[in-house]
Amino acid sequence: MNYWDLFHATLPVTALEIAALVVLIVDLGFLRKAALNVRVTTAALLGVAGCGAALWGLTLSAGQSVGVNFELPLLTESGGTVAAQAGILILTALTLLLLIDSVFTRHVGEYVSVVLMAASGGLIVAAAQDLLVIFIGLELLSLGLYILTAFAKSSGKSAEAALKYYLFGGMSAAFLLFGFSYFYGLTGSTNLKQIQWSMTASGASPMFYVAWILVVAGLGFKVAAVPFHLWAPDTYEGAPAPAAAFIASVSKVASFALLLTISTNWFVQSGPITGQRSVVTAALRQYYATWPPLATILLVVAAASMIVGNLAALAQVSVRRLLAYSAIAHAGYILLGIAAHPVYAGQGRVIEWAEGNIGPAYLSANAVLYYVLTYGLTTIGAFGVVAVVERATGSDRMDSFLGLHKRNPVLAAVLLVLFLSLAGIPPLVGFWAKFNLFAAVLGASAGAAPFALVALAVALSAVSLYYYLQVLKRAYVMPAVDETPIKAHPVTLAVLVVIAAAVVGLGCFPALLQGWIASCYPLG
Amino acid sequence: MLAWTIYLSFAGALLQALLPKGKAELSRWLALGFAVAGLALAVAGFAVGMGQGLTVIVDVPWVPAMGIHYLLAADGISRVLVLLTGLAAVAGVLFSWNIELRTNEFFAFFLALIGGMYGVFLSFDLFLLFVFYEIAIVPKYFLISIWGSTRREYAAMKLALYSFAGSAMVLIGLLAAYATSGSHSTGLIALAHAGLPVSFQMWCFPLVFTGFAILAGMWPFHTWAPTGHVAAPTAASMLLAGVVMKLGAYGCLRVGIALFPRGLDPWGFSFIGLGSWRDVFAWLAVIGIVYGALVALAQTDFKFVIGYSSVSHMGFVLLGLMTLNQIGVTGAVMQMFSHGVIAGLLFAIVGRIVYERTHTRQLAELETMHLSKRLPFAAWAFVIAGMASMGLPGFSGFVAELQVLVGAWKVNPGWVAAAGVGIVVGVAYTWRALQKAFFSDAPPSPHLHEPGHELAAITWPEVTGVVLLMGASLVVGLYPRILLDTIEPAVKALLAGGGQ
Repeated sequence: MNYWDLFHATLPVTALEIAALVVLIVDLGFLRKAALNVRVTTAALLGVAGCGAALWGLTLSAGQSVGVNFELPLLTESGGTVAAQAGILILTALTLLLLIDSVFTRHVGEYVSVVLMAASGGLIVAAAQDLLVIFIGLELLSLGLYILTAFAKSSGKSAEAALKYYLFGGMSAAFLLFGFSYFYGLTGSTNLKQIQWSMTASGASPMFYVAWILVVAGLGFKVAAVPFHLWAPDTYEGAPAPAAAFIASVSKVASFALLLTISTNWFVQSGPITGQRSVVTAALRQYYATWPPLATILLVVAAASMIVGNLAALAQVSVRRLLAYSAIAHAGYILLGIAAHPVYAGQGRVIEWAEGNIGPAYLSANAVLYYVLTYGLTTIGAFGVVAVVERATGSDRMDSFLGLHKRNPVLAAVLLVLFLSLAGIPPLVGFWAKFNLFAAVLGASAGAAPFALVALAVALSAVSLYYYLQVLKRAYVMPAVDETPIKAHPVTLAVLVVIAAAVVGLGCFPALLQGWIASCYPLG
Repeated sequence: MLAWTIYLSFAGALLQALLPKGKAELSRWLALGFAVAGLALAVAGFAVGMGQGLTVIVDVPWVPAMGIHYLLAADGISRVLVLLTGLAAVAGVLFSWNIELRTNEFFAFFLALIGGMYGVFLSFDLFLLFVFYEIAIVPKYFLISIWGSTRREYAAMKLALYSFAGSAMVLIGLLAAYATSGSHSTGLIALAHAGLPVSFQMWCFPLVFTGFAILAGMWPFHTWAPTGHVAAPTAASMLLAGVVMKLGAYGCLRVGIALFPRGLDPWGFSFIGLGSWRDVFAWLAVIGIVYGALVALAQTDFKFVIGYSSVSHMGFVLLGLMTLNQIGVTGAVMQMFSHGVIAGLLFAIVGRIVYERTHTRQLAELETMHLSKRLPFAAWAFVIAGMASMGLPGFSGFVAELQVLVGAWKVNPGWVAAAGVGIVVGVAYTWRALQKAFFSDAPPSPHLHEPGHELAAITWPEVTGVVLLMGASLVVGLYPRILLDTIEPAVKALLAGGGQ
């Protein structure tokens, strides 16, 4: 490894860090006396430009790996990493554009540069192949998120949310590090691949499972999976809207990309699976052949998240808390895909692109990335709508959405599209996300257990329609209490309309995004 | 050509959504224009398709990674149901002519629903069909909850959740079928030939069939239907009873029976006289026929009478499907068309022509109004529609139900005997509603001749709508070959193994 390789492979991260510094210099050095809206606009646009530069950097660094040894890299810019990183950059840019309308802080330069630094942490997390790099990336991301949550200094809720988030986060980081130290102690390496080799060579000792549970606790916190989800509703409710959107999207994309990397490396099946590929006739004894024990732990967390998230969301009156519980539920679906992901990893290497035949491992990795990226996009839009309504009515309770279709028809239409997409109604993109994921789970593993989990997930997404409709009902059906129009900043409105259009467009042509994600994987 | 029915409807919905407020008149005429264009295409497609088998309209890869194609095609069954959708759409717009509240949004949801229904009937790819099937859920919810009446929010949510639960069952079954077949095509015909294992079909068939049958109003999952029909605005109840319930029945036939034919095989043992899923669903259908009719007989609300009668008539469709023979299934498809037209007509008379003038649907109050004298058009339209609904010769219902019963007799005369009870009760409840609502001798209410209680004159959209639907039922009743020639070959092919 030399510094040129390192620079080459981390070009996007470097671009973001430089952009963060530029934003700070411009805002603190040149615009101290300028009006707030000028400063916000400048900082946000500089931040977006930084994301653009990083995207360009990504095209240059794609395919690179750095490490002492080519076999055991620290970072790779290949496979799903590129898709996840591009997603992180685009979603970051969108949350920055939503900032233009916000007034929660006067320290915009600091805000934007913290966002950019956190996003660069996300980029590292998505590319990391080594426990230490993973931890550094996660901390860079998390510290940024704690600060962003606390950014509305005049709001008590924001401070409360940040404190809770920080305490939970610190605890989970400790768990994670503890788990990592076990892995290092057991195998003598911090590299994911090296650890896998040692595990296969020595056979899995019970200590591996202890370590894995600690790691799941740490990462389960990041993705807000039950039972590590308690911070999510408070943080989603208290954080300033653009920060909440950032937490709900970018941080999720990074963390799920990390889980995907880990599962690709660790959940490798020792031999090819034989037996009848029928869903119901497979006996339970096939179960252990199908799900590696490491994945089983994820499955438990996934099922718990789906159930708790969907059922708790039914009782919410605050739309932000509702979005938090729905995020927990979605995390459950995605974890299901991750747990099912690597089953064929050993034999999924051969990819035939003709006729659309893809190895099952890649199919489910694609499905997970597709889900995370589209979910992030949708959820940013949802927070954008909530932010506008909240500013006009002073509350994010469901009743403040009453008569939205009269007060701002465009906003109501965007809300309709985004929430129906979250519920998984075709032809919106949320349907394809779920559909790909469930099909991939069933396609990758036969047996009654995966089938039962998919059935549970589908049934619970039927439940989820109820709470999404509760909000839409207020926006469209119930009479308005107050009919004064709600004004939205033109940039905000434009961003929201673009997001809604993307949700419809990507839903009508699902192959576009799928094809792009698939194209990120090296052939053969 | 038929594909344009879908695109036109969605384009119409989009246009309506973008229309500025306060242009109600423009919105109505636009909606009528799009609906008539859809009907014209449907008629043309029907006429051109006569004597042809399955014709593929569009076939392009849609989601190549999963082998999903955007595959639109039409066979005889599709063409007939597309024709029904076209008729219901035009009649629905005509009977919504008086909608003043958020007119353009109403027609936007209405046309989106119509577009989704055209899509279902024309899809020959499993997942494409499912996509269109789900598209229909959302407009239904908003049509009922915004423009509906009695307990509309409850009814709308109930309908939405029942539909979504049904489609969740379908989705699970379809995903399982996709994973099990291991095929790289999701075309209905390709999957039907994929030879799914019998043991798999045995459990997947009831799952998918029940999922679709929920929307077809199969007892005991019918309870969304009466509340939904009653709460819905007239055009929406016409579509619900007329076409949406057929979506369910069509799914049962096109997906349930065609993909999992072995799921209907005998179990090899018998439990309280039931030896296969076929017996189970046939008896549920028969129970629906009798139960719907008996409950309709006891209703005090005019619209509930029609709502429960729909449950009863849809029982014939499901019974026809379960006969699995040429004549029974043909009868089921005929009954889909026939009930679509007749139920639409009945709902239009009750919900629009009568209710919008009298502002009551209670039979006891209608008794005092002497509507046969004051609204003779409505009264005689209901007499004819009622006769059609009872299944009198000369109307489409007669041809359809007769075929279903003949088909059922070949399999199990017990079904016919039980369903016969339903027919007799059907005469009774229709007669009772007719007598109470229009031809009662009860003493007139004292307010009857006060100023302000005159009933508005019948308008041209109402007359046109009634003539359209009644004409369709009469034409098919008097010359059933017009549909049978198209349906029979398609049913034959479908029963022989998925299609041509």
